[in-house]
Amino acid sequence: MTYIPSLDMSTFVDIILLAFLLLSALAVVIMRHLFSVVMVGGVYSLLSAAFFVNLDAVDVAFTEAAVGAGVSTVLMLGALMLTARREKPVTSQHSRLPLLAVLVTGAALIYATFDMPAFGDPGSPANSYVGMDYMERTPHEIDVPNVVTAVLASYRGFDTLGEVVVVFAAGLGVLVLLGMGFTGGTAPGKDEEDQA
Amino acid sequence: MALSVALIVSAVAIFVAMLIVMLRLFIGPSLYDRVLAVNSFGTKTVLLIAVLNFIGGRPEFLDIALLYALINFVGTIAILKFFRYRSFQMAMSSVRGRAGMPVDKEE
Repeated sequence: MTYIPSLDMSTFVDIILLAFLLLSALAVVIMRHLFSVVMVGGVYSLLSAAFFVNLDAVDVAFTEAAVGAGVSTVLMLGALMLTARREKPVTSQHSRLPLLAVLVTGAALIYATFDMPAFGDPGSPANSYVGMDYMERTPHEIDVPNVVTAVLASYRGFDTLGEVVVVFAAGLGVLVLLGMGFTGGTAPGKDEEDQA
Repeated sequence: MALSVALIVSAVAIFVAMLIVMLRLFIGPSLYDRVLAVNSFGTKTVLLIAVLNFIGGRPEFLDIALLYALINFVGTIAILKFFRYRSFQMAMSSVRGRAGMPVDKEE
């Protein structure tokens, strides 16, 4: 555990990143132009990915950057083509129930954090049972410096393989259903020949 | 010691740059301002992760920063393709021979 240098710096970075996250979330709420909202959403994902890196959860951060900033921005832009450019103004009467739902959910989530062990607590469940076993065995059993990678790619290799197969099959299914534009009779190449 | 001071100064400078880019993202009058703001915000994230890893004494995480740079690049290309073709589907299927032509003029 070589964590000694500049713990204060890490807290400082956390505070700034969370402030930026709050800023961009407020901007998403205030903005009415939907394309800008999608762009701010991408920045929100990048910020949370940086925040996860600062918390040492690099694998989560990488997923956040790939899915949040990459894929979901593209999906949102695709959805944007099917809808209006601007959000309609919401009357204050309509916004009461959603606001209540958001406040209750937020309060419940904050209440749930009281039960969580402190960050880096050696007595927490994640650090006391099977986790320590992996920490001890990984350096001499598997030649991978990152323990999370060793667990995902070696100890739970078949599990990861199954996940990859499922995701691949889902992607193939979506491509077959949506057609990608060049299945059936309306391929762009045929159009070109007809015109010529 | 001088090195770590330089790293901290550069981290603070990156934060200031992030704030400026975010302001451009929020007020930016045109859509291209916003796309450019998101792209350069991604670059700032890459730099921030690199600097933080060097401050934390684990420069091997530099690989993650490089992967972020790749994702950022691909994401920007996707957004610009959306501008050019108004559809990802045509942008993918128009690879054969007519990539430079906007879809609108086809009809």
